[in-house]
Amino acid sequence: MYSQGLIGADARTDETPEFLEAFQNRIDAEEKIEPNDAMPEGYRRTLVRQIGQHAHSEIVGMLPEGNWITRAPSLRRKAALLAKVQDEGGHGLYLYAAAETLGVSREEMTEELLDGRAKYSSIFNYPTLSWADIGTIGWLVDGAAIMNQIPLCRCSYGPYARAMIRVCKEESFHQRQGYEIVMTLAQGTPDQKAMAQDSLNRWWWPSLMMFGPHDGDSVHGDQSMAWKIKRFSNDELRQKFIDATVPQAEYLGLTIPDPDLKWNEEKGGYDHGPIDWDEFWRVVKGHGPMARDRIKARKKAWDDGAWVREAALAHAEKRKARKLVAE
Amino acid sequence: MSGEVPLWEVFIRPRNGLSHKHVGSIHAADEVMALQAARDVYTRRGEGNSIWVVPSAAITASDPDQAAENFEPTGEKIYRHPTFYDIPDEVGHM
Repeated sequence: MYSQGLIGADARTDETPEFLEAFQNRIDAEEKIEPNDAMPEGYRRTLVRQIGQHAHSEIVGMLPEGNWITRAPSLRRKAALLAKVQDEGGHGLYLYAAAETLGVSREEMTEELLDGRAKYSSIFNYPTLSWADIGTIGWLVDGAAIMNQIPLCRCSYGPYARAMIRVCKEESFHQRQGYEIVMTLAQGTPDQKAMAQDSLNRWWWPSLMMFGPHDGDSVHGDQSMAWKIKRFSNDELRQKFIDATVPQAEYLGLTIPDPDLKWNEEKGGYDHGPIDWDEFWRVVKGHGPMARDRIKARKKAWDDGAWVREAALAHAEKRKARKLVAE
Repeated sequence: MSGEVPLWEVFIRPRNGLSHKHVGSIHAADEVMALQAARDVYTRRGEGNSIWVVPSAAITASDPDQAAENFEPTGEKIYRHPTFYDIPDEVGHM
């Protein structure tokens, strides 16, 4: 789940016009680019950064949900949540592997996440305060991610597109289990319904921010579109998400926390109120309520796992040596 | 950070009768852990019944810059395809 509009792309590139034109012709002909193919440096850099941010988001995304595994209200919910969090870990690994085909190492990417150079989706810097948040994350956050990710299955870079196909296949379960949790609460006692509404109130706007800045303010969108890394603009995807989600909230009898939200017959979609971009940039830059905790947890997991990695490598060496002697 | 953990390519056979197909890669210290990691990462929903893991370093690949000289000549050899030969309808299916 959990891709976000790319933050801070750098698509500068210094190749000759002939090279760039030949490359663009391949892209325009819908040819996929594969790992060892010649590609502009800007294309490579944009993809490394985008796939890296995407992978980090999957891994950091395990934390807010993992927070509720031990407190899931039933065995059914617990099994589903465990499976979902495990999927997120898997998605992170598919994506790291896709990024590595571009010549960046897993160790470099991990280092960049832990020392704060690499970004991840701003949504995970919000806390999961109640069980309803687990439902809302599946419904809205995974829902927004699906909107973002389906077009990525047709991304011009082969390994990224293939990883996204696997991810998208698994994602639908996430959204449905989330919606089912929210539905159960919304149809429960008044307290349970209030819990669902409170959760929607807190997650609605951060979910809309997941699509990234407005098209007018997104400086790197054009090049990504031309290279077919991106297929739809941030605002187009955000609109699709709102149009799909509002009826789902209505079905639950929950209210979207946007007094300006109303159907626009002419455009065949909903108009929405202003998004607080100051909050978005604050959170992206690491000032979200949970930003410090998330990186602290990742750092602890990495440091605590050091002896396991070392022992596994030492054991592998020992086995290899023994095998050589036996031969 | 100390020692890089080796990279493995993962191949999965969806069911008997089909060949193993490349599905992605995984990092692991040795082949035993690579198989376990491949199982956890690539077969969570019944994707297959057999896994191969191969050290990525053991794969030799053709150079994409030579793709034209390697593969284009076959495009001209249309006489290698059955449709190149005209067989009268009266002969029947061949």
